[in-house]
Amino acid sequence: MGTVRSPERSAAIRASLAVGLAVSAYGVSFGALAVTAGLDIWQTCALSLFMFSGGSQFAVIGVLASGGASAGLAAIASGTLLGVRNSLYAIRMAPVVGGRRPRTLLAAQWTIDETTAVSIAQPTPEGQRAGFWWTGVIIYVGWNLTTLIGALIGNLLGDVSQYGLDAAAAAAFLGLLWPRLSSLQPIAVAVGAAVVAAVLTPTLPPGIPVLAAAIVAVVVGMTNWFGRKEPVA
Amino acid sequence: MNTWQVIILASIAVFALKLVGYLVPPSVLQRPRPARIANLTTVALLAALIVVQTLGAGSHIVIDARIPAVVVAAGLLALRVPFILVVIAAAATAALIRLLT
Repeated sequence: MGTVRSPERSAAIRASLAVGLAVSAYGVSFGALAVTAGLDIWQTCALSLFMFSGGSQFAVIGVLASGGASAGLAAIASGTLLGVRNSLYAIRMAPVVGGRRPRTLLAAQWTIDETTAVSIAQPTPEGQRAGFWWTGVIIYVGWNLTTLIGALIGNLLGDVSQYGLDAAAAAAFLGLLWPRLSSLQPIAVAVGAAVVAAVLTPTLPPGIPVLAAAIVAVVVGMTNWFGRKEPVA
Repeated sequence: MNTWQVIILASIAVFALKLVGYLVPPSVLQRPRPARIANLTTVALLAALIVVQTLGAGSHIVIDARIPAVVVAAGLLALRVPFILVVIAAAATAALIRLLT
């Protein structure tokens, strides 16, 4: 890493700042919703520190909110399944930021939607590396700080349903889903999964309908129904 | 199972998934089916979580102020309003309806 910044590296850092600061703000909503779901402040902060993957974190607290600790296995399974895409990001990032072991462990922890997106958007290897690490450090610090702030706010609010925080959780999931509904196939899967979850909710224990809905993705993914013939990006 | 066990086990699983991507040969990426299933699994779980969070109350379906709140959120997302404002607007919608009814 030289002291003179190339234009590509500067552009990558600017992109990291924009994305990192915007995304860090979600941490407030996560923190507030986690304490609403019954976690204490330490548990909430532990999720952001150690799990550090927004979709998985929201899934864990969502299932715990609906089913309590008895839905623990379903909460773990939902969070884990939502983390599967990080494996694909990691495969993508391995040539860019992989290498020596200690650094690979840190790279792995920071391999999420945003770091991957900023990195692969950069035109040069130098920019891709800068984009990954800068986005990673900004979001990791920002997400954990704002999680703590959100948890403290949520703790102060007390009974949250009157503030609409339960609806905020649904909106948060919708916000995570929205950018993925870019073609017919994901839209079809989303509708199918929603129907499965709604139909099964009255009959199965909390958390299980969410897992059952994942079967829709496996079936459509295997058969490529509603899909286009295209190389996977 | 208590909450701490859930947090620790789920965190280990999520980290392992991230790490495994750095250890497998890159040729896996050239197979479209695993990548497609992983991406669609994300979509399916998020859609299911929206339904459970909007309609669910334990093992019951309940129609209440959460539905208009999610409709407002969808409208704002379609207008490309930032995530944090969408979440606040949804909460405010549900809170306002509960205040008035």
